[in-house]
Formats: sequence, C-alpha cells, structure tokens
Amino acid sequence: MTDKLLSIKNLSVQYKTDLETVCAVNNITFSLKKGETFGLVGETGAGKTTTALTIMRLLPAETGRITEGSIEFTGKLMLDLTEPEMRSIRGEQIAMIFQDPMTSLNPVMSVGDQIAEAMELHNKDNKTKEQIQARVDEVLLMVGIPPSRKFEFPHQFSGGMKQRVVIAMALACEPVLLIADEPTTALDVTIQAQVISMIRNLRDTLGTAMIMITHDLGIVAQTCDNVAVMYAGELVEVGTAADIYTSEDHHPYTTGLFGSIPNLRSKARRLTPITGLMPDPTKLPPGCTFAPRCPKKMDICEDEHPCVWRNGTHLISCHLFAGRENWRKEEA
Amino acid sequence: MNQVSVDAAAPVIVFRKESRWKEVWRRLKKDRLAMFGLAVISTMIILALLADFIVSYEAALKMNLRLKLAPPSAVHWFGCDGYGRDLFARCLHGARVSLTVGFATSIATLIVGSLLGAMVGYIGGKLDDIVMRALDIFSAIPSTLFAMAVVAAMGSGIVNICIAISLTNIPGFVRIVRSSVLNIAEQEYIEASRAGGTSTLRILLKHVLPNSVGTLIVQTTANVASMILTAATLSFLGLGINPPQPEWGALVSEGKEFLRTAPHLILFPGVMICVASFSMSVLGDGLRDALDPRLRT
Repeated sequence: MTDKLLSIKNLSVQYKTDLETVCAVNNITFSLKKGETFGLVGETGAGKTTTALTIMRLLPAETGRITEGSIEFTGKLMLDLTEPEMRSIRGEQIAMIFQDPMTSLNPVMSVGDQIAEAMELHNKDNKTKEQIQARVDEVLLMVGIPPSRKFEFPHQFSGGMKQRVVIAMALACEPVLLIADEPTTALDVTIQAQVISMIRNLRDTLGTAMIMITHDLGIVAQTCDNVAVMYAGELVEVGTAADIYTSEDHHPYTTGLFGSIPNLRSKARRLTPITGLMPDPTKLPPGCTFAPRCPKKMDICEDEHPCVWRNGTHLISCHLFAGRENWRKEEA
Repeated sequence: MNQVSVDAAAPVIVFRKESRWKEVWRRLKKDRLAMFGLAVISTMIILALLADFIVSYEAALKMNLRLKLAPPSAVHWFGCDGYGRDLFARCLHGARVSLTVGFATSIATLIVGSLLGAMVGYIGGKLDDIVMRALDIFSAIPSTLFAMAVVAAMGSGIVNICIAISLTNIPGFVRIVRSSVLNIAEQEYIEASRAGGTSTLRILLKHVLPNSVGTLIVQTTANVASMILTAATLSFLGLGINPPQPEWGALVSEGKEFLRTAPHLILFPGVMICVASFSMSVLGDGLRDALDPRLRT
C-alpha cells in the first residue's frame, strides 16, 4: 500500500527500573492510512498510552526503552530521527490530545497564547503575528469557542470547553496525524457526545488521520474505521469496525469486553465483568497472556504463545482459531 | 471589553485590549497594602538617591564629641552617635549601601538560583546529582564563615560583599526552586507542550518558571531583608563596609554598645531595616497575587 501514513512493526517497549522490568508493549504491529481513524481499545494499563507516547518518542528518558521494532511515518523511520527532527514533527505533523483537559493546559498562560505557541514554533512560512492571531481565532471558532475568549485563562473555562481548547491546540498546525488519548474520559456523558461529534466533524473536514485511544467501545463504534483490542501490551484482535462489531469470531477477551457492557433490556441484576485482573506486566505468563482469565482456556494456552490468525482484514491472536475454516496463519 | 466576532466568513482578528503588564499593574493598584509597600520602598530609594542634596556626606562623617550620644532634636533629627556624628545623615547615606546590597544580592540570587533550580529540577538525572551535591558542599559550610572566606579572599568592598552574600544564599534558593519545579514538571501541560514540539529551554522559560513565579517572588522579597542583615553581620565582623562609611546593619551593631544609655542609636536604623523589609514583603505578596491569573478579577 502506498498511502500508508504510519506503520508500526513488531514494536516492544519496556520500562526498566533497578528493581524490575515492565513489559508495557509487546510486539505490536499495525498501520494507518491517510485520513483513517484507528481505535485502540483496552482496559487500564494495557499499554495504550505507552504506544501513543512511543509514536511521539516521548517515553520517560530514564526508564522507557524501545527494545524492538520500527515505526515508519510518512516514509521516515521515526526511531532514527534526532531530537530536533522529532521536535519539528511533534505538534506540526503529529499532534496529541491528552486525557485530562483539567491538567493539560498551563494555568498561567492565556488559552490564545497556548494555541499560538505551536504555530510560532512551527512557523515555516513566516506568518506574521496578525496571521497567527487570525488562525487562533479560526481554530477557536472551529471548536465552537468565541475568539474573544482567547485572552482568558484555563480556570475560566469549564471541562468541556477546556477539552475544546486542547483540541484547538492540536489542530492549529493542521497535523496529518492526531493521537487522541482518551479524550473524553474526564468529561461527563453529554459533553462526551459533543466532543466526539466535534472530533468527527473536524476529522471529516480536515482529513486528518487519527488514533483514538479509549476504553469506551461505544466511542470506537461511532468514530473508527479500524479497531485494535489491546491486552497486556499485545494486540489480541485487529480488524475493521465491522469485523469487531458484527463478526461472530472474536478473541475471548473481546467477547468478555462486549459482555461487560451493561444492557438496559436485560433483567440482570449484576454486571458481568471479566473475572480476574490483568497479569503483572513484570512477569507475563509464558503462554497466552489472557489464559489465566480465559473461559475457553485449553492446555496449549498456558505453554505456547498464540500466533496471529487472519481472515480477510480480521486478525486474532488466539489458539482457538488454529485450523478453523477461513482462518490462515499470519506470517510475522 | 473585546469585540466578539463569531462570523467565520468575515473574520475580524481579535486583539488584546491591554498588555499583560498593564493588566498586572491595574490589579496591583487595587491592593492597598502592596501599594503602600511600593510607596514606602520607592520613597526610600529616592531619598537614598538624593541623599547628597538632603544632607551632605561630610555631615555623616563629621565627629563632634560635644554632641556625643545626643538625643533627637530639631537640628539632629535622629540624634547623634557615640562620636557625635549626625545619625540622620548616617541613616540616609547608609540607605544607599544597604539598599544596593539588599537588592543587588536578591536579584543575583533570583536569576542564578531560579535558572539553576529550574534546570536541575526539570532535566534531572546526572545534572541534578552533580549540581545538588556541589551545592550541598556549599551549604555544609556555615554561611557567615563562607561569606567571610570569600570577602577575605577577594578583599572587602561593596561588589565583593554582594558576591559573597549571593553565593551563600544561592544553594537554599536553588533547593526551593527545584522542589517547586519538580512538582510542575510532573504536570500534564508540560508533557502536552513537549508533544507540541516545544524545546526544553522554551518549556523552562515559558511554562515551568512562570508557574513557580509565586514562590520566586515571595522568596526574593523575603531575601532583601535577610541580605541587608547578612551585610550587617559582615560589617560587624569588620569584613564588610569599611568604617566610617555608614550602613544600616553596621549602625545597629555600633549602637548596641549604648543600648542602655542611648537606645535611639539602635532604634532608627533598626526601624529603617524593619520598614524596608516589611514594605518589600507586602509588595511581594501583592505582586504574587497580581501575577497569578487564577486570582484575576
């Protein structure tokens, strides 16, 4: 494929401290086309944010190590770039929306200045101050904030408004890739719906590719073209939104995730969570990482790490699919 | 206030009505206590600058044993000291030295201390270890002893005293800034701004330091008074300002010999130091509030 924007191959990331080694991301592979929205779903601690930070090369310098793999972005190998080269990519070509709008804005800088900052840094075509200010007004309008409020400070905005400001900051330089790290987790449901529909509209008008990191399957269904389910640092299931939401075949973890969504129509008095907890990332089980919690566990699951099985666009990493009809082994 | 323009077809660029500093000034003006502090400290500075036109420097040095320990009178407003020198003239000319030392050392400490503290706090790692251990060595030496050593090595004189006092105060300042920066560096907006491609230096100057400005200002204004007193200690030990040149701290220590017979010798320069340091700290508090956008009205 020629229109590939981002392609990640066999990426593994570890956090190393004197006491232990945390295997945060293990051997993940996925790619993203221009204008495509890719959902990354999984529970807390699955390695979603680490994946995002790795793409931005913002892992904590002291502990974070990329042990394996490659990241290719618009034909450039990201892991070979120097820090100044990375700086010119960050914010200009890849922008990121952080989880908590309450803390991701600088409290002592007016929001207008914060939006203008990225533009001043990546000012390649020598825009004048007026042009930058005009652009600030423009992006604020785009996210539905009157430009007259740009001199106000973050504490004068509500949570939903702050997240709009954060989105405006990310979009100011018209990035080709937007990484949204749980953009709605800290917001209440009505604001969530507004922000999601806004993100969707903006993506459609600007044609920005997006990685949407979330643990909310509803948001993924609303926004994403392709979806990956992440568990203990691995992608256990990857496919188009249709593969994940309508197909019969699923990784048992995905089935569990869908099973734990509360249903208004059922008379169940209790929720049905996936029993157990995610394995300790410092000592992952030798076989399938989901085996200890898996309702369909077989003997082989505890000893042998499953390989990836493919059916069209749908990829699942589980022993259940060995030898099934239509499912072929994917070469690493 | 500002004109609202929500019409995307004909965008009217919205500009700030007043600059950041004008706004800070407007807010500072509302704080009566801070304005009082500013008025007092400005008066002191102006009087110190105009000292020669008010009382000549000779008057501060001329001895007259007949007026020894004379109490305040219409001719000698603050009375006279043990050698019969006019205390008012000495206080006024002493203000020059004391205020210069107080401000110069505070500002030097502020600049060096905040840059160094922000750097080690934000960058951390080996740099942090090296700088902080070096500063530990500095602070292991008693500060007066250290200042004495510096003055003894470089000779007395106002510049050397300023250097000596700044050096003894920098380690403490760095430690305060560092702890405040460690806190700020954890915040998500710092990471967000790194994700926006901001360089380390710019993050330090535009995001980290402005957020610790409250700590910096309060610490600096508190420093002014303590610096004046440190200078006094040095003078008292004979390493500071050379007698007979007047200086507030030196005046207090000279006066303490006559504490029982002529308390005004300590009273006047002591009150000067108190008033200067009080007005600096209320001004500092007011500035901190005026600079904090969260307290904006």
